[in-house]
Amino acid sequence: MAKSLGPVKRKFSPWTDPTSVPFIRFENITKRFGNFVAVDNLTLDIYEREFFALLGPSGCGKTTLMRMLAGFEEPTEGRILLQGKDLAGVPPYRRPTNMMFQSYALFPHMTVEKNIAFGLEQDNLPKADIAARVEEMLKLVKLEQFAKRKPSQLSGGQRQRVALARSLAKRPKVLLLDEPLGALDKKLREETQFELTDLQHTLGLTFLIVTHDQEEAMTVSDRIAVMDKGVIMQVATPAEIYEAPNSRYVADFIGDINIIEGAVVSNSGAASGGVMLDCDGLKVVVDQECPASAGDRVAFAIRPEKVRLGIDPPTDTAVNAGAGEVWDIGYLGDFSLFLVKLDDGRIIRAAQANIQRLVDRPLTFGDRVWVHWSRDAGLVLTR
Amino acid sequence: MAIDTLSPKPEPVIADPGRANPARWLVVAIPYLWLLLFFAAPFFIIAKISLSDTAIAMPPYTPVFEGFGKFGEFFSQLDFENYEFLASDSLYIKSYLNSLRIAAISTVLLLLIGYPMALAMARAKTSIRPILVMLVILPFWTSFLIRVYAWIGILKPEGLLTLLFQSIGLMGPDEQVQILRTDYAVFIGIVYSYLPFMVLPLYAALEKLDNTLLEAASDLGCPPWKAFWRITFPLSLPGVIAGSLICFIPITGEFVIPDLLGGADTLMIGKTLWTEFFNNRDWPLASAIAVILLAVLVIPIAYFQNQQQKAG
Repeated sequence: MAKSLGPVKRKFSPWTDPTSVPFIRFENITKRFGNFVAVDNLTLDIYEREFFALLGPSGCGKTTLMRMLAGFEEPTEGRILLQGKDLAGVPPYRRPTNMMFQSYALFPHMTVEKNIAFGLEQDNLPKADIAARVEEMLKLVKLEQFAKRKPSQLSGGQRQRVALARSLAKRPKVLLLDEPLGALDKKLREETQFELTDLQHTLGLTFLIVTHDQEEAMTVSDRIAVMDKGVIMQVATPAEIYEAPNSRYVADFIGDINIIEGAVVSNSGAASGGVMLDCDGLKVVVDQECPASAGDRVAFAIRPEKVRLGIDPPTDTAVNAGAGEVWDIGYLGDFSLFLVKLDDGRIIRAAQANIQRLVDRPLTFGDRVWVHWSRDAGLVLTR
Repeated sequence: MAIDTLSPKPEPVIADPGRANPARWLVVAIPYLWLLLFFAAPFFIIAKISLSDTAIAMPPYTPVFEGFGKFGEFFSQLDFENYEFLASDSLYIKSYLNSLRIAAISTVLLLLIGYPMALAMARAKTSIRPILVMLVILPFWTSFLIRVYAWIGILKPEGLLTLLFQSIGLMGPDEQVQILRTDYAVFIGIVYSYLPFMVLPLYAALEKLDNTLLEAASDLGCPPWKAFWRITFPLSLPGVIAGSLICFIPITGEFVIPDLLGGADTLMIGKTLWTEFFNNRDWPLASAIAVILLAVLVIPIAYFQNQQQKAG
């Protein structure tokens, strides 16, 4: 393919190199709590210096997976390898991983300084070394003036930074972040997300983040594993996950999307005519390599921002287009989301960036409009 | 760095709707009136009696307040004679010191037994915790006196303990346990009776403890036994202090347990006070003993208050 998916954050992709050795390997991991299967025969490789995100709804097993790496839970079946060494039976206090807890879990009876020093003291380092490292950490998270405070005397954002400093102080081989930014407000969260990526690049550590917030996962990570019911649905870069989801589940979980069920009419490959679908009368053609053959039930998925919206009909109204009326409008500031009710009753979501401050004739409820899209804007999903 | 985090924000002014409400005043006033009537007033009477002299009369002390006409005369008869006597006779000082010693040792024993119990309760499954708490409170369903008497039945030379030791062959048929009427019996009785008062505050403190703190400690390389001393114990200190004082203070003045289980040589201030009051009918001296006892105990109470304030 000449075209590629989305922006490339950095030249780093050891997962595409067959010779590279995974840093962490989850090998056929199953974890049961009584009858409940939290993680189901899961295999996953994470590479050194990677910022890896486990993304999924609550109860999908992502936290359990992380807790097994930290040593708080033992897998029922399978094994976890860190740098090729099996971690089975190694207690949490002997593992080279450190975790930043969702609740931060700061020790309330210790000052900020003491909290950060706690892990270092366990290694019996010389006092001067500990003091130096604590100072370095405080500087890193910009909390120098707060060294003598107790956690209860800090704001939420400051506590979060103490927790981060404490988990980084020992220079763990892997830093585990459990919903680290959940308790912060949106502005602070965005700011911290970028700080986190910067930090990871500077320190060159491997980060594993667990989150249910797709935006957070997208912003910080090199790769994302989307999980559901103890199983990994897709592992890919943020751009791939968003632009080329492999299933209805992933497409629907990440971002906003129109999913239209239909059947394959013909499939002649991306280069020669593409995949033709009939979605209950709506004709769709997609330039895509796809394993489906004629007659298969599939889904056509297209992101709202890739749907074009206009009062005038497109040049070709037979395929990839539909007429209808504006049924609802969501004004979100940076862009507006239009819900267009097609004449067959189907609702199509179309997003338009508000690139002009003043428009001659704004679209409004009940306006007759056309929605249409190009042949490479959408995606055929077989799963 | 945000500036508002550096300087304390002014407290928002919220109008207090209940300030002018007389019903609110009443609610606060009732317990204070109660304390005034049944603690402060009796205390002043005791304090006054402690400054009087014994008399073969009814009441058995003099002077008796006979109205404001003889006010000057009344006051001139009050003196510190009884306190001087307390200081001069080593019996009383020994009684105080021995009471404090027994209370201190008992409190340490209670902590050693109660802490693991409370910890086990706090770490038990959430579903069985209420049952465990119930079991700790269960002894209160029978009278305190009956329970102490039951210990006599267990500890006396021909009692249940002797029978048990004889039946398992630990003792010959002629041997008997010699525990009753010793300090050991007093310690057994005190530790048994006060255990719930130690366990419950400890449990309350330990139950609140966030388990993720221990996970965090472990994650940072701290093995469980070290984490106990660095995390669990320091965070349970308010419970330790509360439990210790709730036990230490009443044990110091304990009368029933040393009287029933202790020997003639078990000197405790509660017993001494009883003897002075009922056997010797020396009300002024008994009152002086009570006042001094209160003064001695005010020190740990004040310390406790201070600690509470610091924690809050």
